[in-house]
Amino acid sequence: MTQTTEAPVADGIGQPDATPARAATTTSTFAMALNAALADAMEADPAVLMFGEDVGPLGGVFRITDGLTARFGEERCFDTPLAEAGIMGMAVGMAMNGMRPVVEMQFDAFAYPAFEQVVSHVAKMPNRTKGKVRLPIVIRIPYAGGIGGVEHHCDSSEAYYAHTPGLTVLAPATVRDAYFMLREAIASPDPVVFLEPKKLYWSKEEVDLAELRRTFDDGEAPRRIGRAVVARAGTDATLISYGPSVPTALAAAAAAAEEGRSIEVIDLRSIVPFDDETVTESVRRTGRAVVVAEAPGFASVASEIVARVQERCFHSLAAPVLRVTGFDIPFPSPKLEHFYLPSVDRILDAVDALQWED
Amino acid sequence: MSTATNEGRESVLDGVRTPTADSALLPSAHPVQLVDPEGRHTPDDRYPLPSGEDLLGAYGRLVSGRRINDQANALVRQGRMAVYPSSHGQEACQVAAATVLGDEDWLFPTYRDTVAVVTRGVDPLEVFTLLRGDWHSGYDPYEHKVATQATPLATQLLHAVGVAHAAKLRGESTVVLAMCGDGATSEGDFHEALNFAAVFHVPVVFFIQNNEFAISVPLTSQTVAPSLAHKAIGYGMPGERVDGNDLAALLSVLGSAVSRARDGGGPSLVEAHTYRMQAHTNADDATRYRSADDVERWIPKDPLVRMRTYLKGLELLSDEAETDLAAAADTIAATIRKGLNTDVEVNPADLFEYVYAEKTTQLREQAEQLREELARDAAPADPAVTGSATKENQR
Repeated sequence: MTQTTEAPVADGIGQPDATPARAATTTSTFAMALNAALADAMEADPAVLMFGEDVGPLGGVFRITDGLTARFGEERCFDTPLAEAGIMGMAVGMAMNGMRPVVEMQFDAFAYPAFEQVVSHVAKMPNRTKGKVRLPIVIRIPYAGGIGGVEHHCDSSEAYYAHTPGLTVLAPATVRDAYFMLREAIASPDPVVFLEPKKLYWSKEEVDLAELRRTFDDGEAPRRIGRAVVARAGTDATLISYGPSVPTALAAAAAAAEEGRSIEVIDLRSIVPFDDETVTESVRRTGRAVVVAEAPGFASVASEIVARVQERCFHSLAAPVLRVTGFDIPFPSPKLEHFYLPSVDRILDAVDALQWED
Repeated sequence: MSTATNEGRESVLDGVRTPTADSALLPSAHPVQLVDPEGRHTPDDRYPLPSGEDLLGAYGRLVSGRRINDQANALVRQGRMAVYPSSHGQEACQVAAATVLGDEDWLFPTYRDTVAVVTRGVDPLEVFTLLRGDWHSGYDPYEHKVATQATPLATQLLHAVGVAHAAKLRGESTVVLAMCGDGATSEGDFHEALNFAAVFHVPVVFFIQNNEFAISVPLTSQTVAPSLAHKAIGYGMPGERVDGNDLAALLSVLGSAVSRARDGGGPSLVEAHTYRMQAHTNADDATRYRSADDVERWIPKDPLVRMRTYLKGLELLSDEAETDLAAAADTIAATIRKGLNTDVEVNPADLFEYVYAEKTTQLREQAEQLREELARDAAPADPAVTGSATKENQR
C-alpha cells in the first residue's frame, strides 16, 4: 500500500505547510488570501493581468480584486465590456501573445456565455497545436450556493469543466489553499478553472499572508494541483469532498466522533487532475466511503469519484460507495436552498447506511 | 457640445456621447473599386492605386492561389483529403489579406482561408494537415504569426483582439488582421470582438469576405443591415466596403486599414463583396439552393482575369513572365500533390502528449493502455503479451 507522503494530515480546516508556524500570525479571510495571491502574482510577473466585469475600481462584486487597479494600474487590472465570451476570447489571444490573464466570471452561471470559448479554444488550443500554443489562463469563478443567492448565482458547474479534457479544475476549501492554489494556478502552463466557493469567502484562519508569500516564492509550498489532502484523519470511513462541501464534511466527521465513529475527510482541492492515489489509499484503509458534493448527483464529479473508488478499492469495500449531493433539480431559491445542500445530518445518515451490521 | 443649441434647457442627451463625425465611420456608398472587371483603372481619390510592381507581385500570388484551390479540389476527388472549403473566386481577398501584413503582424484565418495562410508563407503541407486528417492543426502559429485556421465561426476574432491587446500593452507595433465570412457576422462573438476592439482601441483590422452564402443560407437571411460594413459605426469604428474581386482595391483599402491601426488609429472593419464560386465544400450540393445563372453572373468578375487584363494592358505582364508565374504555381501544386500522395504516419501516442503541459496520471495510464493494445495487436501470437493482457482484464 502506498503511503501518501504528499498529503499532510491536519485537524480541522487549516493544513500545515513545509514552513514552521510563526508566532506573528494574523487572521485572514478566504477572500483576503485570494486578493493577496493576485497581488503577489502580479507583483512577481508583469505578464499577469486581471480583467473581467467590475474588477477594476469596484474591486469585484466580492472584492477579490480590491485595490489591484490602484496598485498596478488600469492596464494590469481592468474592467471589460459586459460580455463573458468576449472576456474569455480576449484572454485566449492575450495568452497566445505572452500574457498570463486571470479573468473573473462574476458568478458561476454567468460564465455560460463563455462556454464555447472555454471548451473549443481554451481547452483545445494546446492540443490542437501540439503544444506550440500554451494558454496559461486562470478562469476565476465565484461558485456554488449557501449564500442565499438568487437564481443564476449559485450553480455548481464543475462537471462541465471537469468533463472537458485540457482544463485543470481546482476548488480550494481553506484560506491557505486559496492563496497557494491561486498562485499555483497562475503559474501553471495549463488553463485552470478556479472555483471559489462563495460561502467560504468570509471564512477565517490564523495565517500570515506575508509568510505564505515567502513560502510560495521560495518554492517551499507543496504542490496542490493534482494533490488531495487528508483534512481529518480517521479509520472507519472516508468522506470525499471538495470546495464548499469540505467544511460540511468536517463538521459531520466531528459529529460522528461524538457517536464513536472515526471518520476521515479528504479535501480533493484538485478535481482535475484527480488524485486517485490519496483517495484510494484512504478508502482501502477505511473500507467505506461517502462522496459529498453540492452539484446535482446525476452524471456529476461525485459519480466519477464513486466509479473510480469502486474500480480501485472493490476488494477493500465493506459497503457500496454512497453519495450525498444536490438533488437533480435546478438550484433552489434562497428560502429552499437548505433543503438542497448537503448537510451534516444527511452526511451522517449516509455514513449510518454504510452497512455497519454486515 | 450640445449645450450651445440647448442652452437654458436640460437635454435628455446631456452626458450622452455626441455623434460627432459619424459620417466618417460610414462605408462608401459603393464598394471601392480601382480596377473594373474589364481591367480598366477606375480612380478613387481616397485610395491610391498600388504600384505596378506591387500589383505584379500580388498577381503572381493570385495565380498560385487559384492553382492551390484547383489542386486541393482534385486531391479531395482522389480521396487524398477529407474535404476542402475552396476560396475559388475569392483569391484576391486571400492574397491581399496576407500581402498587406508585415512580418511582425498576425493573421487570423478561417477554414476557407488556406490560400491566405500559404501566401503568408506557411508550408502548404503543414496547412493541409487539418484537412487530410493527420492532426487538427499542422503548423506552428508563431513561425509566421498565423493563428490556427478557425472552424467555429467568429470565435477567432476575439483571439485576434487579445493578441492585439497584448501587443499594445507591450508597446509593440503589431497589427492583427482577422478574417471571417458573412455568416459569421451573425454570431455573438463577432459583436463582442468588434466591441472589445473598439473599447480597448486595439490595432485589429476585421476583414469580412462576404461571399453571399453561409453554406446554403444567403446573406439576405443573415441581416437586413444596409451592408456588413455599416455595422462598424455601431461600435464607433470606421467601416469600408470594397470590391472583393479587385486585387488593387483590396490591397489599397486593407493597406490603409492596416496603416491606420499601426499608427494608433484603432480597429476598423472592411467588407469585401465577393462570391463563393464553388460549393461550401466538396460535400455540399450548391444546386439545391442557387442557380447556375447566379454563379455565371460572377464569372466575368473573376479576380484573375481582371488583374491579368489590367497588367497586360499596361504591358507590365509579359508572356514570358506569365509562363514563369504558371510554372511557379505548378511547382507549388506539384509539392502539394507529392506531399499528399505520401501518407504521413500518425502517432497514436500523440493523442495524450499535448492535452496538458505535463501528462496527468490518468493520461499516462490511458496512453499505456493504448500502447499495450497496439503492442498486442502487433504481436498476436506472443503468449506473454496476450497472457498478461488477459490477466489484466481479469483483475
